[in-house]
Amino acid sequence: MAPPKDTEKKQDARDVIEVRDFNFAYGNAQALFDVNMDIKDKEVTAFIGPSGCGKSTFLRCFNRMNDLIDIARITGGSVKINGIDIYGKEIDVIELRKHIGMVFQKSNPFPKSIYDNIAYGLRIQGIKKKNVLDDVVEECLRGAALWDEVKDRLHESALGMSGGQQQRLCIARALAVKPQILLMDEPCSALDPIATAKVEELIHSLKRDYTIVIVTHNMQQAARVSDRTAFFYLGKLIEYDVTDTIFMNPNNEQTEAYVSGRFG
Amino acid sequence: MKRYFHKELEEIRSKLILIGEKANEAGCLAVEGFIQSDLEKTLNALQLDDEIDDIEVEIDRDSVRYITLRSPVSSDVRLIFVAIKASNDLERAGDEAHSIAKHTRNILTRQGKVPDTVEIEEMGRLAFAMLRDALTSFLDEDLALARGIIERDKEVDRLNKANFKRLSNGVSGENGETSTQIETIFISKSIERIADHAKNLAEEVIYLLTGK
Repeated sequence: MAPPKDTEKKQDARDVIEVRDFNFAYGNAQALFDVNMDIKDKEVTAFIGPSGCGKSTFLRCFNRMNDLIDIARITGGSVKINGIDIYGKEIDVIELRKHIGMVFQKSNPFPKSIYDNIAYGLRIQGIKKKNVLDDVVEECLRGAALWDEVKDRLHESALGMSGGQQQRLCIARALAVKPQILLMDEPCSALDPIATAKVEELIHSLKRDYTIVIVTHNMQQAARVSDRTAFFYLGKLIEYDVTDTIFMNPNNEQTEAYVSGRFG
Repeated sequence: MKRYFHKELEEIRSKLILIGEKANEAGCLAVEGFIQSDLEKTLNALQLDDEIDDIEVEIDRDSVRYITLRSPVSSDVRLIFVAIKASNDLERAGDEAHSIAKHTRNILTRQGKVPDTVEIEEMGRLAFAMLRDALTSFLDEDLALARGIIERDKEVDRLNKANFKRLSNGVSGENGETSTQIETIFISKSIERIADHAKNLAEEVIYLLTGK
């Protein structure tokens, strides 16, 4: 079967993230084995696989979140973003994370107002002008499809929002510092189907401006939202291809077994 | 909530309407070619077959993709199911149009003119009205129109039987005439099959609209 038109158009998209022979371990336990992957600009790439397969570990390598774990170590290979080795000695990790936003499984708004959640990152960067902050708050809330729902209560606590709204607020907060890449680690696993649909719609619209990498246990979600899908098992990248191929005609028997629910 | 991928369903609907229009066009050209002994219309009907086949393949491919990637439920599943079945009916209606045109071409090559058009014109009028109405019932989600089509198939069946009886009684003349009579029987049968496919399409529209 011919690949879909969307994917055809993107065959020439630039590789934003380039991973080569990447190995990673927690202490003596090897978690990722010789992973090679190119992630394309302004696409949604989904990581799927059973629990413990290494997909979240791999995601967290892109913004060096694993640096925060004492026993975590890279045992080989490289991760380049925009051609720069992010584990190079000259890399400022704080600066790196400004370019790579992250949204987690459980929404984690600050115990502040909706407005202050968005403005927080900018204030840390030294931006204090109210009109600038006002504009960014509105732009980010609009970008996260949340503006119409909260524009009349911007100064109320973010903790009073619904779970789905809180998750979209976290996405809006991530957008405020104008990242190039958005990492999402199971962003909908705690949401009901309506809130999940809203976040999926948001992901679809955000890929116009951002490169998105999403870890999900929900295979239907990966099929719906992503352009490319990577299947991981026991720390190895088993198959990585356009999403149509992974779900309609995968090349690897283990991928076929996993996506068709015959695994294990 | 309308999801971003619902436009893919609309594209499948549009392709189903397109294949219906092409099948109808091919059938009308084929029957007019026969009635009017018009070789140009006959050849035009023959040319549409590949186009119709290609659209059916596209609809099947898009439908399988939608089921796999979009997890459709309820009326969306019914639409996909109907798209697969109806496109097959319409492709086969296109095959019958192709068959009519081939037999007409044989007759015109042999005799230059169709000698006896029996009830083909009336059958064609009824069958293609059924096909157009079945497509309209799909487009407009018109349950009453779809239901009304089912009964209309009987008249086409009756005319086909009458044609068969009359033509088979006459199969005793010289070789050329005999061949023409047999081919006219095939043409009559093809129109009857087109009406069957129109009836199937109407039944599929009823299923789409009612779930029954």
